Amino acid sequence: MREFDYRRASDVPGALALLGTEPEARYLGGGTNLVDLMKSGVERPALLVDVRELPLERIEVADDGVLRIGATVTNSDLAAHPEVRRRYPALTQAVLAGASGQLRNMATVGGNLLQRTRCAYFADVSKACNRRVPGSGCPAVAGEHRNHAILGASTHCVAVHPSDMGVALAAFDAVVHYATADGPGAVPLAEFYLPVGDTPHRETALPPGALITGVTLPPAPVAAASRYRKVRERASYAFAIGSVAAALDVRDGVVHDVRLAFGAVASRPWRAQAAERALIGGPATAEAFGAAADAELTAAEPLPGNGYKVTLIRNLVVAVLTELAEESRQTEEATR
Amino acid sequence: MTTTTTGTVPVIGAVGTAHTRIEGRDKVTGAARYAGEIPFAELAHGWLVVSTIARGRIRSIDAAPVLAMPGVLTVLHHGNAQPLESDYVGPMGTPDPALQLFQHDRVPYAGWPVALVVAETSEQAREAAESLTVAYDEEPHDVAFAAGHPEAYVPAGNPRAEAEQEKGDLAAELAASAVVVDSEYSTPEEHHHPMEPHAAAAYWDSGRLEVVDSNQGSIFVAQELARLFSLDQSAVRVRSEHIGGGFGSKGTRPHQVAAAMAATILHRPVRVVMTRRQMFSLAGYRSPTAQRVRLGADPDGRLRALDHQGLNQTSTVHEFVERSADVARAMYDADAHHTVNRVVRLDVPTPTWMRAPGEAPGSYALECALDELAEKCDIDPIALRARNEPTVGPISGLPYSSHRLLACFEEGARRFGWGDRDPRPGVRREGRWLLGTGTAAASFPTLVAPSTAAVTAEADGSYTVRITAADIGTGARTALALVAADALEVTPDRVTVLIGDSDFGQAILAGGSMGTRSWSWAVTLAARSLREQLALGGTVPPEGITARSDTAEALGTLPPRERHAFGAQFAEVAVDIATGEVRVRRMLGVFAAGRIVNPLTARSQFLGGMVWGLSMALHEEAVRDETTGTVVGADLAGYHVAANADVPLIEADWVDDPDEDDPVNIKGIGEVGIVGVAAAVANAVWHATGVRHRHLPIRPDRVLAAGTGALPQAADARG
Amino acid sequence: MAPSTAGAITLTINGEKHTLPVDNRTTLLDALRERLGLTGTKKGCDQGQCGACTVLLGGRRVVSCLQLAVAAEGREVTTIEGVADGERLHPVQQAFLDLDGFQCGYCTPGQICSAIAAIEEHAAGWPSAATTDVRPEAGIPPLTADEIRERMSGNLCRCGAYVSIVQAVARAAEDSARTAGRTDVTDVEGAA
Repeated sequence: MREFDYRRASDVPGALALLGTEPEARYLGGGTNLVDLMKSGVERPALLVDVRELPLERIEVADDGVLRIGATVTNSDLAAHPEVRRRYPALTQAVLAGASGQLRNMATVGGNLLQRTRCAYFADVSKACNRRVPGSGCPAVAGEHRNHAILGASTHCVAVHPSDMGVALAAFDAVVHYATADGPGAVPLAEFYLPVGDTPHRETALPPGALITGVTLPPAPVAAASRYRKVRERASYAFAIGSVAAALDVRDGVVHDVRLAFGAVASRPWRAQAAERALIGGPATAEAFGAAADAELTAAEPLPGNGYKVTLIRNLVVAVLTELAEESRQTEEATR
Repeated sequence: MTTTTTGTVPVIGAVGTAHTRIEGRDKVTGAARYAGEIPFAELAHGWLVVSTIARGRIRSIDAAPVLAMPGVLTVLHHGNAQPLESDYVGPMGTPDPALQLFQHDRVPYAGWPVALVVAETSEQAREAAESLTVAYDEEPHDVAFAAGHPEAYVPAGNPRAEAEQEKGDLAAELAASAVVVDSEYSTPEEHHHPMEPHAAAAYWDSGRLEVVDSNQGSIFVAQELARLFSLDQSAVRVRSEHIGGGFGSKGTRPHQVAAAMAATILHRPVRVVMTRRQMFSLAGYRSPTAQRVRLGADPDGRLRALDHQGLNQTSTVHEFVERSADVARAMYDADAHHTVNRVVRLDVPTPTWMRAPGEAPGSYALECALDELAEKCDIDPIALRARNEPTVGPISGLPYSSHRLLACFEEGARRFGWGDRDPRPGVRREGRWLLGTGTAAASFPTLVAPSTAAVTAEADGSYTVRITAADIGTGARTALALVAADALEVTPDRVTVLIGDSDFGQAILAGGSMGTRSWSWAVTLAARSLREQLALGGTVPPEGITARSDTAEALGTLPPRERHAFGAQFAEVAVDIATGEVRVRRMLGVFAAGRIVNPLTARSQFLGGMVWGLSMALHEEAVRDETTGTVVGADLAGYHVAANADVPLIEADWVDDPDEDDPVNIKGIGEVGIVGVAAAVANAVWHATGVRHRHLPIRPDRVLAAGTGALPQAADARG
Repeated sequence: MAPSTAGAITLTINGEKHTLPVDNRTTLLDALRERLGLTGTKKGCDQGQCGACTVLLGGRRVVSCLQLAVAAEGREVTTIEGVADGERLHPVQQAFLDLDGFQCGYCTPGQICSAIAAIEEHAAGWPSAATTDVRPEAGIPPLTADEIRERMSGNLCRCGAYVSIVQAVARAAEDSARTAGRTDVTDVEGAA
């Protein structure tokens, strides 16, 4: 690990100013990803600007019903917050499905969105990686890619985004808010991660030097009946090999509203809009759920070693939506 | 028996009763210090640099810029390292060339040690090591292990363990068999990963090389270091008080050699700790195996033919044989019986012993094949094993010292509820989960090796045991206190056990399930001898009275027998064939493994072995990248070992099985707990889904790829 | 402002204030082990992938290997050396000792610190990935064996002591719930 300067910021303008003093500077949140990457040599900042003590640690419901989540809210506090659990239970489930209790106590919402891929080639500086060293190549395409992308990838990079939280946020139309020296900005999560194309090293739409200040979630009644299901290679403390965040509103057997997003299939949390369009107004049946998943997954381009993910995601969509539909039916019956 | 001179009432019976660990309080309070935690004045920190290429030569090492970095004290490499002795046969045979640190420019595999950077602080050492530029001339490499590799060969065996053994006419018996199973199995590269990384600190004190280490046998490390550095044995002392797990990986490794080298040059203490990533290439591992098992049987399941062929990889510089096929030689007889262990040399690190070497992967293949045979013969898997229980060693013809495998199965079947089992696969469902149960047999050789011990009667009426044993988490320190207490006929609280110091003399390392047996034997002989001396009367002088033992002679008179621990493993699994998830719901292991010294810690050791088996069945695989020759994702997020949530309530118990030839009736329990577990899990997955998984681990991608090969009724069954 | 790659920090560790110089690269884990001699906190992977280095920072469990010491300036740290009440072991320590919730002991300090926090997190009503219904209306989930397993999964134990670890955590949680007059700790198989 290279020697670096460390400064602690106490307010957002101060943080932006500090970062502006050094071209090789990074914001430090919980550090669960950045410090690890510094140890492995992937990140070699000259200056860390610690943003953990910025006044961005609140979760509140605004007058318009929008849920505002500060950027330095820890994963633990986000998952445990009553309004999150009540209004967006899949978000709580997604956060709790990630990492471990210790890491969730450290990791922040802003940092979670900016965490880097866990592709083993990216994390090993002795290997080529277009995301880390543009133009050096992508050994994963011909190498070990069991947990790589089936959607939205390119020959330049097939890595997946590791966030669980982001999958639920994507399903619920989250908006990422940031500050820059020129003033604040916002970008929908759907546009936050840039397409991979031939520039996998350009990961987000954040302007240079920008600091994430928070995430907002618009009111979404459908989200009250939502679920996050994650499949991984052990029962806990492992990254997803496939996950689904889903919310479903069924009225009289017809899909009134639905949200669907996939994790561990692409370089970003994958909002399954084709599947959602296929479902709205149609029957809430296993056949329809499967057909909707197929509508989304026709775009899948699996590698030789990760074709199972297509089956996995399809099966997860059917299983989770079927569960939600069944629970909705039971609720309808109970209220009649 | 004589009485002691201490005047207290003799107490017998510490062995066999539960005792918490002697060092337990130190371990739960953080007071127990492990090798990397002992402070030294002027301690310098060494950081190893390993090769990034899989084969070739070092062209140059540019040390000058690194030497100019803050705090850097030295950079050792093949251009400046002191010569080491290589022409010797050490305690573990010819030396592993990886211990010939920095002696030449050749790189035989990725992760080969090429330099050591030493600095004042670990942060400085790390940054300097990562900044060191090493240029290579790369050569083509081959790291692709597969069944049928054209360069596979049958290694030279030794009289106790021949690589190939056969009797009868295999082809004829297979042809005459009404039922034949012919299946290929594979197990992946697996790594020990004790929670404590390998760590050693070395320094010179009054002309002696002192090493504070984390190892499984301090005398073995001391002897190896003495050979390497051409020192008298008495000039090297290695201590290893607390060891954070070993599992076969903690012998002599490059870090101890590096620390000793640097301490010699710098004239100050130097500590070298492996990083978790370095452990993937410097600490040994279990080779992948490719195995073929052919079983031929009469319709009632009686075996006519048994053929078990194993293949493993080794490095190009050192041979290690993973003896997968050996397990069949102890377990099942057949009119024609053939077993062979083959090896192929690749550009990979040298594998080593890892918990139940041979038996762990071998039993997976053999016990799965037995399950396949039971299915084909339509008989219960336990009945099949009973039908083929040998009366003498199938190959040796020797009688068994004891053979209580069926007692394990009977007790296990009763407790597990095996009798109610519907043998049909794929007919039990609970929500999204298909349920199944499976069983398998376990065995591991009962070994013993010469050891010495000293027991001292102190003037205050207490006793001190000194033996170069190692407590790697087994509870050896506590077990030896109980054994000594019984032999001395005193209560355990009057016995102090000192271990992990090469100055205590020759003793076998903690491995092969022979530590507690070998050490207890030596402690018992020394204690008996001491009691005879004390019986002569007189007072105990201030320096105490010490008796010593050496078991070499007694072991030489052991009658030849087939000596093994046995066990019966049971597992219930739940499989979601829509997601590929497999969960183990419960496990039971019943063992016949000699007299159990400390039931509290023995249970933990059996359970730990079974957790290893579960982890082997479902999680563990190091994937080697063919292009670079390295392990992909060489960390604990990429290499999965079972986490807490993977492990259900497991029960482990045992049946009476005293070894009558052993003074304490001990066999050994460290390995047998893992044996057969992966097979029991795989057999249960078949019972749940109807799909045979012949390649470990049984991961979601593999379960999904197997598809709904499950029986058609599975989807609709409610059971 | 001239760059500075080292400085002095003040930490309150186990109730005692310590001021020490650190390289900015120094993790809290290395500061404890190498600078302060508090070696009870273990280094298993140094990458946040094993949990052996778990300590309580500001009362919450964290992995100290990914916590830069300089970024912990001014905060309160509790390590394994600080959880007992003098000679009297913390109930979690006592349960680990009595029920043999460890073998080699290397992951044990991290397991114990993690368990202490996990019991508190549960008592505070935090759900886990094992909680079926996370909505606040569902109340605090009973601390079943599955809940303990999930909440303790950030601490790997290669010796495979998980069965006894779960039993030890259950016993300690029952003790602490009984003390607090709560009855929501139930259903742990074999809890002694």
